[in-house]
Amino acid sequence: MSETGIGASVRRTEDNRFLQGRGNFTDDINRPGQAYAYFVRSPHAHARIRGIDAAAAQACKGVVAILTGQDLEADGVGGVPCGFAPDGGPIKEPPYPALAKDRVRFVGDRVAAVIAETREAAKDAAEAMSIDYEALGAVVTLADAPKEGAPQLHDDAPGNLCFEWEIGDKDATEQAFAAAHKVVALDLVNSRLIPNAIEPRAALGEFDPGTGNYTLHTTSQNPHVVRLLMGAFVLQIPEHKLRVVSPDVGGGFGSKIPHYAEEVVVTWAAKKVGRPVKWAAERSESFLADTHGRDHVSRAELALDANGIFLALRVKTTANLGAYLSTFAPLIPTYLYGTLLGGAYRTPAIHCQVRAVFTNTAPLDALRGAGRPEATYLLERLVDVAAAETGIDRVELRRRNFIPSDAFPYQTPVALQYDSGNYASTLDKALALADAAGAEARKASAEKAGKLRGVGYSTYVECCSLAPSNIAGAIGARAGLYEAAEVRVHPTGSVTVFTGSHSHGQGHETTFAQVVAERLGVAFENVEVVHGDTDRVPFGMGTYGSRSLAVGGSAVAKAIDKIIDKGKNIAAHTLEAAEADIAFADGTFSVAGTDKELTIGEIALSAYVPHNYPLETLEPGLDESAFYDPVNFTFPFGCHICEVEIDPETGTVDIVGYTAVDDVGRIVNPMIVEGQVQGGIVHGVGQALYENCVYDPSTGQLITGSFNDYCLPRAQNLPAIQTGTQETLCPHNPLGAKGCGEAGTIASTAAVMNAVVDALAPLGIRHIEMPATPEKVWRAIRDARAA
Amino acid sequence: MYDFNYHRPRDLADAVRLRSAAEDGVFLAGGMTLIPTLRLRLASPSDVIDISGVDGLSDLEASAESVRVGALVRHATVAVSADVKKRIPALAALADGISDAQVRNRGTLGGSIANNDPAADYPAAILALGATVMTNKREIAADDYFTGLFDTALEADEIVTAARFPVAEAAAYAKFPNPASRYALVGVFVARIGGAVRVAVTGAGDQGVFRAPEMEKALAGNFAPDALNSVTVAADGLNSDLHAGAEYRAHLIGVMAKRAVAACA
Repeated sequence: MSETGIGASVRRTEDNRFLQGRGNFTDDINRPGQAYAYFVRSPHAHARIRGIDAAAAQACKGVVAILTGQDLEADGVGGVPCGFAPDGGPIKEPPYPALAKDRVRFVGDRVAAVIAETREAAKDAAEAMSIDYEALGAVVTLADAPKEGAPQLHDDAPGNLCFEWEIGDKDATEQAFAAAHKVVALDLVNSRLIPNAIEPRAALGEFDPGTGNYTLHTTSQNPHVVRLLMGAFVLQIPEHKLRVVSPDVGGGFGSKIPHYAEEVVVTWAAKKVGRPVKWAAERSESFLADTHGRDHVSRAELALDANGIFLALRVKTTANLGAYLSTFAPLIPTYLYGTLLGGAYRTPAIHCQVRAVFTNTAPLDALRGAGRPEATYLLERLVDVAAAETGIDRVELRRRNFIPSDAFPYQTPVALQYDSGNYASTLDKALALADAAGAEARKASAEKAGKLRGVGYSTYVECCSLAPSNIAGAIGARAGLYEAAEVRVHPTGSVTVFTGSHSHGQGHETTFAQVVAERLGVAFENVEVVHGDTDRVPFGMGTYGSRSLAVGGSAVAKAIDKIIDKGKNIAAHTLEAAEADIAFADGTFSVAGTDKELTIGEIALSAYVPHNYPLETLEPGLDESAFYDPVNFTFPFGCHICEVEIDPETGTVDIVGYTAVDDVGRIVNPMIVEGQVQGGIVHGVGQALYENCVYDPSTGQLITGSFNDYCLPRAQNLPAIQTGTQETLCPHNPLGAKGCGEAGTIASTAAVMNAVVDALAPLGIRHIEMPATPEKVWRAIRDARAA
Repeated sequence: MYDFNYHRPRDLADAVRLRSAAEDGVFLAGGMTLIPTLRLRLASPSDVIDISGVDGLSDLEASAESVRVGALVRHATVAVSADVKKRIPALAALADGISDAQVRNRGTLGGSIANNDPAADYPAAILALGATVMTNKREIAADDYFTGLFDTALEADEIVTAARFPVAEAAAYAKFPNPASRYALVGVFVARIGGAVRVAVTGAGDQGVFRAPEMEKALAGNFAPDALNSVTVAADGLNSDLHAGAEYRAHLIGVMAKRAVAACA
């Protein structure tokens, strides 16, 4: 292994600029003549707009324009589209106007855009806007949404129902339940979260009247997708006249996947006012108007035989979509959720029903893991309940039901075919690393100190590498989910890689360069990775679903293969040998059985300064593009073990040990993978113990609208995380990579909550909802002791 | 932030004059509450009088009898002061537990007690130690100083110049922080001075910091955690919010009080 090739913990190239404050984020970019947009947002969760009087605002100092939904309509600008409609049933797709015209449906809904000389001037004028609202009743909770007489959000979605969806064999599941030795059931809530990327969203729209070209700089995880959606479906700007750039982006966690209305408004407004228009969200706006995540209520039931073998799983879930359909909202609680309910277990029959409803809350969409954490939390909690109620040890029960390592490829009853796995192996490694054998002794000594100690396990499987386009299309995606790459070898042998993946914290500039360095035999520092610009990168579906290395990296690998093929052709010509006799290794093309060879640098120079190429068969240049469409998803898996101590006097939960053993396939940069795993775990810990998005259930006002009330985990809340890895290569992509960005989040929430319940179990506590705040835990202890 | 006139006087008299002349003036010390309030447009003062350049408010003095903390002394300074650690270690520990490092390096004692946030830490120390609040006009006894939510005995043109804390025989502060904001969800400061015991509770009361007479009585007879077993804390008059209901806060007052007493040992 070289110091910079695959498998080396190369320090992140991009950190050099980030740590010096030299990043180039959207809000860092300023254009001559630039004006600023500020969005007037609804203070009501649900109201009719009776009138908008902009006269006073118009008269404010520095105002350039005040734009409303009527202006959008007059210009024929439509709403923001949804990119996914699950198969198998009707779905209501009410319009999602970029600026609300008649009605507002959540606190933070956009009503008008004030364009002014400065941010402060725009804000001053926004306060002078007089909007006549007629407040309507709001429906906020999942319990209230379907009730008769509940306020209705959209005329064409009676009962606030967007769609019903199911997966699995209902009859087989019912039969298995009827014949079961034991049935365990659990009602549980998957709490609502606010993503909170460190960089708030921002957008800068420009229009060049000389060329008719538009440029949008935006904080997106997938600029090409924004170009497609906004250009083709909203503003009718063809691709060749619209450039979308996502420069450095400070975190996304899924909240920067959707195409947002603010992007539409600044792009449209730039032409309308004849000036570049910039908007940057304030943190309070991010709380209100970024897409939120999770928010399910479920009933889960597991049927077991007398030996604890799982016979069937039955799940009924109600999922919140918020006020409108965000870009991928319907995908999250369906195919990214129901298909993961098999987990690591060979449960033969599974049936899952989902009702997705509208409420007067911010739209929901993907959030790190997106559906898969919800499935894993439900399943892993249910397995623990089953263990408790059958008296079978939790680890043993899991082991008994694991899909055996010789059963792959394994067809689950919920559509997926797992390509590989070895679940007992990661479990064993984690048990050893966590010193699980010593847990009882640690519990006893904690008891002496007046603490309740518990251990929680989560043996998860996730589904990454979104997505094989044929499968994506079959289940309702309105796009394929391949990835594109271009590898350009310059005349002197340095390389620029253009990738459709987008790095917003993942370290692609390092990891992808390592792949190129290894495969092409060039120096790591001679590789530049370019991403996030539709004018530079051929195409791209972006970064989410832990797909970048497995799909984007595979596209790069495929383009490299083409470079090598071309190089062989050039070498054969130059060295006067048959192409079949040319071998390539470590950056050198050689003729088998001879000492004749050329380096990739010599080949590149020759490619750009050719003198005697056969014009019919060999083109100059060394620049290749590739599109890679995965044949299957990838299936990372692993085991997380969490150990907690609870102070029964205050209800405080302390995580005192955390061990993660993950199999994410080929690891290019172990340091980056460890960072991703740790970050993912902290995200899951946040949901389990700290984070909680709360709306007032009657008014729909966001109560946790700042960091004073919305609690993110801090470094002091976690012990040193022990990580271990195992590399079972993905059998179907060229890198053998599976993806690691979400694994931690998917696994950890269940591990933490299982540990909390384990600590409380001696008191007779069976379940506790997230987040397990001190007050909630204290009440549970008090009530259990009183019972 | 709305526009305002900004002033940076060099002495107290100037500061007071500017405040009196202003239509709606406010004093700015560390700005840990005022600046966010301005940024969120929740306040629109005509004049901000920044007293951080005023001489004579930044001294920290300690003797065998008392510790005098100037109004502009930062929390971080109190937290690491060898003098404070020697004379009233509980006060240094309290300062060390305020919010985060950034806030501790900006926030001041004067700003904290003039603002009197019901979840701030310093008011508990002032009240439990029976400190004297010193202003440009007078000295105010702790028991007379805090008058309600964000309300104090300070007059409009009155500026806190320092607080004088008597050295206690024993003192400790036990805080249960709000996990999100790190303000006190419940904080209990217990002090024994000259045989008398004073207990002050912050974070919990709907009128801000308050003393707990029943606890003081129980502890006067027996200064031990168990002495508090007989005291029940009522939930009446306690705050109830997203993070803690009144009942839970009442419970935490008992737990934190015991821990504070235990820490005195």
